[in-house]
Amino acid sequence: MIWSWEFALDVLPDLLGAFVVTMEATVAGFAVAAVAGLGWALLRMVPVRPLARAAFLFVDFVRSTPLLIQIYFLYFVLPEYGVALAPMTIGILAIGLHYSAYTAEVYRAGIEAVPRGQWEAARALNLPTSAIWLRIVLPQAVRPTVPVLGNYFIAMFKDTPLLAAITVMEMLQTAKLIGAESFRYLEPLTITGVIFLVVSLVASYGVRKLEVRYAIGR
Amino acid sequence: MTDLLAFLRTHLPALVEGLRVTLQLTLGGAVVAALLGVAAGLGRRSRSRWISWPAHLYVEIFRGTSAMVQLFWFYFALPFFGLGLPALVTGVLVLGLNSGAYFAEVVRSAIAHVDRGQWEAGRALGLDDRTILSRVVMPQALAMMLPPAGNLLVELMKNTALVSLITLSELTFATQVQRAATLQTVPLFALALLVYFAVAQVLLTGVRRLERRVTAYRGLRA
Repeated sequence: MIWSWEFALDVLPDLLGAFVVTMEATVAGFAVAAVAGLGWALLRMVPVRPLARAAFLFVDFVRSTPLLIQIYFLYFVLPEYGVALAPMTIGILAIGLHYSAYTAEVYRAGIEAVPRGQWEAARALNLPTSAIWLRIVLPQAVRPTVPVLGNYFIAMFKDTPLLAAITVMEMLQTAKLIGAESFRYLEPLTITGVIFLVVSLVASYGVRKLEVRYAIGR
Repeated sequence: MTDLLAFLRTHLPALVEGLRVTLQLTLGGAVVAALLGVAAGLGRRSRSRWISWPAHLYVEIFRGTSAMVQLFWFYFALPFFGLGLPALVTGVLVLGLNSGAYFAEVVRSAIAHVDRGQWEAGRALGLDDRTILSRVVMPQALAMMLPPAGNLLVELMKNTALVSLITLSELTFATQVQRAATLQTVPLFALALLVYFAVAQVLLTGVRRLERRVTAYRGLRA
């Protein structure tokens, strides 16, 4: 038998410990993506042409280039400008900014889906622009985006192993180190895969529930 | 200006060599993904459990685990079963398996969205299911598949960067090697990012053109 249960049980605690790091990176990265994405989406609608255009280009550029090289970029370039951050922080920033390009599109679609009548009614009531955005448009725009954002949360979770490339001790990096020390890659890598699969399946089930709750009716 | 020329003369050959491997991975992965995606997408609709179950399992496993974990598993764990593959083959295979699982869902949902009346009309004309699928349903589904397929293609191209981590000298790897040699970090990474961006634009333009041809062929657009 190639597979050793004994060894698998042996390495399980280390991998579960690293799972906590993976989840931290996912949650923190998602927070960055959720906030920054809204920023890009709003910037794209600013009536100042060059600014809107720049936001559009940035989003397009970030979306069509690999996350890995963006991670390296921040990892190697920030120190050149005297910004010394821990690899984990850089990883969270990189993954968060990468996905902010996707969430920006989600928010934009959400904002555009708010009926024009809502704007007209708010203006007719003489509400200030800030109140129209904060009290009328955004609350309606964000609601249908919740399940879509959930899907990006899962995608981010599955992209956290890229942080292994800059020495963050998340699950894959831990599995790799165990493999290098013991010359047994099969068990740690398989367990890592299974943990990813189980969490993704549970999370997808959760997102489907969100779809039912948020998408139909208001 | 002369600085830029000198910079390009020093680094461009290595990056172009890396780009060649990146394109090989993208193309190879796309072919594997297209075949697997169509097979699994159709397989999931099969009435026989012996076909629909493995197709479903494949889709769930390769969508549910991370592409990078899959890559490492195939490169480091598969040799324990006596199956050690070269890095390029592993890269093409894993990229194809991963994208194929996403593409299978695209194929499945596109077929499901073709009007049921098309099947009924086909049967009323005495066509067998296989002919209806290949001559009536698939051509219509194809038009729906193309836009998401274009996005998947760009995602696949982006994922080729991961293969640098199993020692294959594609664009990201070549950039890293050049950086280690000359420490020209910012311009090198900026150049690599621009090359990736350009490749993505070319791929998207290609798919959009194909889309226009398919819709024109079907007479959907005047």
